[in-house]
Amino acid sequence: MDFSDLPDDELWLQMQDDLYDGMKEEVAAETNEALKRGYGPTEVLEKGLVAGMDVVGVDFRDGVLFVPEVLMAANSMKAGMEILRPLLTETGAPRVGKVVIGTVKGDIHDIGKNLVAMMLEGAGFEVINLGVNVDADKFLAAIKEHKPDIIGMSALLTTTMPYMKVVNQMLIDERMREEVYVMVGGAPVSETFAMAVGADAYGRDAATSVDIAKAYMDNVRKQDKIDKAAAVNQ
Amino acid sequence: MTNRFLALLAKSREDNSPIMVDGGMGTMLFAAGLMFGDPPEMWNALPDKQDKVRAVYRGYLEAGSQIILTNTFGGTPFRLKMHNLQDRTYELNKLGVELARDEAAKFGPERVVAGSIGPSGELFEPMGKLTYESAVDGFARQAEGIAAGGADVFWVETMSDLMEVQAAVAGARKAAPHLPIVATMTFDTKGFTMMGVSPTQAVNELAKLDLAAIGANCGNGPDELEATIYAMHQVDPNVVLVAKGNAGMPTLVDGRAVYNATPEHMLEHARRFRAFGATIIGACCGSSPAHIKAMTTALRTMPPLDPSTLQLTAPLAERKSMSEDKRARRERRG
Ligand code: B12
Repeated sequence: MDFSDLPDDELWLQMQDDLYDGMKEEVAAETNEALKRGYGPTEVLEKGLVAGMDVVGVDFRDGVLFVPEVLMAANSMKAGMEILRPLLTETGAPRVGKVVIGTVKGDIHDIGKNLVAMMLEGAGFEVINLGVNVDADKFLAAIKEHKPDIIGMSALLTTTMPYMKVVNQMLIDERMREEVYVMVGGAPVSETFAMAVGADAYGRDAATSVDIAKAYMDNVRKQDKIDKAAAVNQ
Repeated sequence: MTNRFLALLAKSREDNSPIMVDGGMGTMLFAAGLMFGDPPEMWNALPDKQDKVRAVYRGYLEAGSQIILTNTFGGTPFRLKMHNLQDRTYELNKLGVELARDEAAKFGPERVVAGSIGPSGELFEPMGKLTYESAVDGFARQAEGIAAGGADVFWVETMSDLMEVQAAVAGARKAAPHLPIVATMTFDTKGFTMMGVSPTQAVNELAKLDLAAIGANCGNGPDELEATIYAMHQVDPNVVLVAKGNAGMPTLVDGRAVYNATPEHMLEHARRFRAFGATIIGACCGSSPAHIKAMTTALRTMPPLDPSTLQLTAPLAERKSMSEDKRARRERRG
């Protein structure tokens, strides 16, 4: 698999196409090729993997692609991501923040949640992905262990969405709610529903979710500065 | 003794009458206090909950269901494993069927108990980890419990993957080769199943499995179901079709799913399902005995509709092709 003869702009297109077609090995090779040409991991992620996944998302919405194709594409994205992940961490920049994410109890839909997790990693977050069918106790244990800034819950079923409220309530009961920012998402979840279960934010899609998470961390930092300044002044 | 389900089919063929199946189970149990995320099948074994399961069965039997589906939809070991109940697969399925059998018997010897088999919730290789062999084994374990409980027919439902239907049918045959099998798929993604199977393809592929009936269940409400049934009937007018769709679409009210089709809506749709080619008619999520009662009354007392005067209100499933420039790039790659 040699992509060295492709000009840069065609390499991106090829990478997007191969991701669309679920060609894992190709996507991995192209990721390496782009890195070899001096592109940074964030750029490779954006121009290759994310751009490809965007097309998949549109065609899935329009009924051109179905679940098997979307899953194969997501797996290819993962193959590329695995190469980029260590590099994203390596860039030396301090981690933007820490996120614990999972699909709630009774629900096994994880395509969307994994996309959000990958995009958060791409944006410099450390992500602890708890997988699917995660109950309140497991969220709690992970929060105690990892001390995240943000917890993310995903649910795709009208029967499992209300479980987000159970987790939220448990955080309140355990007096941990103040310490984490709660984000929720999943196709049937809405802003209104998110507020009803007591979440801090609703993430419509992966890109918006990353923006919200970043904005929150910026605020935390600002607040930290203010608090520190206040402490010094005292 | 002849099989109750096959006897029902034979009678329907003889006098050209529709057969009434039941409505939703899960949404009824939620209304009865089942907590979100908890396994409905566990109620088959809890002394203080068994009555609630029986009450749902009884409600549908009273409403006119000639066939009731058992509370075993999520009874594959794969699904039960999410709740660490996989070791109780046989027991929970058997109990669910026994409760149904017991209630059905109170309404005479002819009512049919159909052992519900839902999807594993897992994906086959290479998308997921499930292999065909392990799927067959898992479905067989569930089917053993269903057969031991005294079911008349296996009812494979809400499937989106053809290979999973094949595995479920193979598993059921392994457990009880003598029982008839029905299989229905869910066409909820622009007229296709989630995995991209069209109604036409489903009829063609399921025809190879020697099933007693096939059809569609769950989905996005009655309008889309009509289009699905119509398309299936076009492929083969002789195949016995099941139409068992949701009572409309859910909206969330106070964090609970509320479905928007009333018994009156479903009454009209029952007649239309029949006219478009369905023989076995019922409902799925969001329906209640009231819906089934209205549908039964409509089919038993109102004159049949003439299909040539009816119009479909939802589009037929149509395969879309990818955009032009996409195809060009694919060719460039070779
Ligand atoms: C793929 C899929 C499956 C796959 C899941 C594979 C997997 N590994 O995830 C399989 C086949 C296993 C499956 C099974 C079932 N499914 Co399904 N499934 C879907 C489908 C087609 C696509 C979901 C998806 O991946 N979308 C693509 C991703 C990218 O979008 P997304 O998940 O919305 O995520 C985005 C945003 O929501 C957001 N986001 C998501 N999570 C989070 C989390 C956070 C923290 C944030 C901030 C943001 C965020 O960002 C994401 C990226 O942009 C939908 C239909 C649909 N078109 O939505 C049905 C659907 C969700 N399934 C449905 C059903 C009913 C089921 C089953 C119950 C079927 C059955 N009867 O057995 C089972 C459930 C099993 C279980 N217990 O969970 C119904 C749900 C109906 C309802 N409202 O309750 C749907 C809507 C289909 C339908 N129209 O009926 N399913």
